[in-house]
Amino acid sequence: MRSIIKNYATVDECRDYANKIAEDIQSIIDQHSTESVERTTLRFMELDGVSSDGVPLVNTLVEKARKKGVLSKGIVHLIGAYYQLEEVESIQEAIDEIIYDSEVDWKLLYKTELTTSTKEELTIFFQNRYKKLEQVKANKLEKKNRLKVGKEPLKYLIVATGNIYEDVAQAEAAAETGADIIAVIRSTAQSLLDYVPYGATTEGYGGTYATQQNFKIMREALDKVGERLGRYIHLVNYSSGLCMAEIAYMAAREGLDYLLNDAMYGILFRDINMKRTFIDQYISRRICSHFEISINTGEDNYLTTSDAFDFGYTVLTSQFINEAFATLAGLRKNQMGLGHAYEINPSIPQSFLYEFAQAKLIREVFPEAPLKYMPPTKHMTGDIFYSHLIDALFNIASKITNQSIHLLGIPTEALHTPLLHDRFLALKNVDYMFNAFEGFENEFDVVEGGLIEKRANQILDDAHQFLKDIADRGLMSVIGEGKFANIKRFPDGGKGLDGVFQKNSDYFNPMISLLEK
Amino acid sequence: MENLDLKNIKPYGDTLNDGIIQMSFTLPVPPSGKSKEAAKLYLEKIGYTNVYITTMEKAGESFSFFVAYAKHNTAINFEEIDVPEIEVKIRSMKEIDNLIEKYLKRALRVVGACTGSDAHSVGIDAIMNMKGYSGDYGLERYKQIDAYNLGAQVKNIDLIEYAKQIKADAILVSQVVTQKNIHIQNAKDFIKKAQESGVIKDTILILGGPRVDHKLALSLGFHAGFGPGSKPSTIANYILEEKLKRESIEI
Ligand code: B12
Repeated sequence: MRSIIKNYATVDECRDYANKIAEDIQSIIDQHSTESVERTTLRFMELDGVSSDGVPLVNTLVEKARKKGVLSKGIVHLIGAYYQLEEVESIQEAIDEIIYDSEVDWKLLYKTELTTSTKEELTIFFQNRYKKLEQVKANKLEKKNRLKVGKEPLKYLIVATGNIYEDVAQAEAAAETGADIIAVIRSTAQSLLDYVPYGATTEGYGGTYATQQNFKIMREALDKVGERLGRYIHLVNYSSGLCMAEIAYMAAREGLDYLLNDAMYGILFRDINMKRTFIDQYISRRICSHFEISINTGEDNYLTTSDAFDFGYTVLTSQFINEAFATLAGLRKNQMGLGHAYEINPSIPQSFLYEFAQAKLIREVFPEAPLKYMPPTKHMTGDIFYSHLIDALFNIASKITNQSIHLLGIPTEALHTPLLHDRFLALKNVDYMFNAFEGFENEFDVVEGGLIEKRANQILDDAHQFLKDIADRGLMSVIGEGKFANIKRFPDGGKGLDGVFQKNSDYFNPMISLLEK
Repeated sequence: MENLDLKNIKPYGDTLNDGIIQMSFTLPVPPSGKSKEAAKLYLEKIGYTNVYITTMEKAGESFSFFVAYAKHNTAINFEEIDVPEIEVKIRSMKEIDNLIEKYLKRALRVVGACTGSDAHSVGIDAIMNMKGYSGDYGLERYKQIDAYNLGAQVKNIDLIEYAKQIKADAILVSQVVTQKNIHIQNAKDFIKKAQESGVIKDTILILGGPRVDHKLALSLGFHAGFGPGSKPSTIANYILEEKLKRESIEI
């Protein structure tokens, strides 16, 4: 099929605007850190576990430092100073002791200047931890190479029972019937927790808690099925909310393949503070870029919240912005799973043509991205038979526009998180459509000057206009006007702002240095 | 329909009272002759006859998925069923505005939110925002309704406090997530807090959401409940009529 973009210069200009938008924010990011970034740093140092009352040790330590007002040089500075001043043998011992030492003179630690040799030792400590993560990555790549990866569009299915062991049973069945990617949906409101829950969990609402142990359990189960089936099964979780970077670290540690990670989702849909989100997304993406994790962005949410026909251009706009932020965080184009969705009201005449136009446009604008195409959800109803038909059209649109990751639509979308056989029916639907439409795009062409071409170029022009406006006035003020998803957010509003701090000129963090290489 | 006995109704396939039902389900065993028989026996055990397992599919190594047709002999007395339904006249936005102005002589104040941890704002927006839902304008557009939409993830108590502050005539509560009956727990919590704060006496309390119906809402202590596909004008009509009723105004 020929290209439907009439003027590629418009695409280039969109990218220029998006880069300017992201660079403006990046200058703020570079001057700040957050409590969550500091906790990530401690996790990187392999501080794990929880206190007797269930609080993660990384929270305990960062919280202490914050209360004493000594966090601005970073948590590593304090550990380094403790190592210098106290009689401890190693950095490891310094970490182990500082947590339980009730007589720490925090102010003194803060004032202490780190010697070159302490800094060197800390750097080596981090380098060794980094090597372990590289090993996990190497294992992952070895398995992918050996077992082979399914054919695109990859079939992405969700499990969400709330119980990690039940999730395993569901994921195995999904893989056995054709799934390439398994996403464990997170429990309601985990994104608003300012800590990461600990251990294996068996109770969650609408999903299962993202914990390092749950990651491990699912990764092991999928590896086993993968070996048996001779196909690599990818694992997805969520790096969103107040702990973006911590989850990214856990994912690197446990060999996950994808993370839902969006530069603006938390701000708009979870009312998390802007600065907090921008800083956290940056570090989380830095981690992804090093350890072979691809991100999935959440543009589908614009279409479930606002009308998909009227606001299609906000998806493209956000994709350009996500791409620009991801580039600044070191991600390669083929790690940027930009998101979009099939959400136009099915009662609109010619809805399929409009969906096709948008899907094909996005494919052409981001040729290297592992695009993630999300299914109809908002207009699905309790008539599961009708809903199954809507999914069939979505499957066709995905196949003939060569999407990379296909999140399977489920006939019972309007009722509950998927049951085992809901997923099975969804897979059967996909298999039929993907098979039937194989090669379709080589046999047909889009009419010049027709509805599809017009619609696609209209969306592109609208996104161009919108990006220009944002580049002129700044992303933060445009978000403040409710231009995205009709939701207004302000720089000093939202959750998690109290965890943001300006870095002192002596801020020291070998993790970030390693990740910025 | 001739011969239809409303005291004994049954599912209809192609002949009155044939009792045909279509079903699908999964058993946690791999497909086999034995599994198919198990599916059939299961349906027979719960009272079906003429069981026809139309397909058995492998839904993973250790699961079989079945589609079945079968008959059931149970009948229901349709006449005995009592379901409270809200009956309101169908009126346009303009008519409603005119009636409010004429009989109540002031604009009505309505506040709404999706409360608790529930983040789904689209349902309450459909009822309240200008744009409305499927071609039916939302409450904000009514000249004689001052509508305040507080959005999603609002605490019950905050919604109640807001309602007290603006002296709301009606409070709209939306609940979308229903897993583990969280919507029921949260709705109960709302009523409890509304009682404690005294707001319940004169304010019309309305519950809505995809798994809500009038009966459920009444049983929880609300005055009315609205489910999937609700339109803003229906809610506006209900509020108008309830208000007139409470003030004993005849139109
Ligand atoms: C859009 C959507 C989202 C969006 C919400 C965006 C937003 N700003 O609202 C996002 C992505 C944020 C989201 C998140 C989640 N979602 Co959701 N979501 C949906 C989806 C696809 C559509 C809902 C919708 O907008 N419908 C359109 C509106 C117009 O319909 P409605 O809400 O029924 O409202 C109508 C009536 O019910 C009524 N009404 C509603 N409220 C009120 C109030 C009053 C007073 C009145 C009178 C009438 C009324 O009038 C409206 C117009 O007719 C549904 C699936 C579906 N198709 O229903 C899942 C769904 C509701 N979500 C679900 C889940 C599980 C979640 C998550 C928990 C997932 C997770 N693990 O993170 C989170 C919830 C987070 C949280 N804290 O709540 C489940 C709920 C399962 C259940 N039964 O409990 C569903 C059914 C999907 C599924 N199959 O799993 N979701």
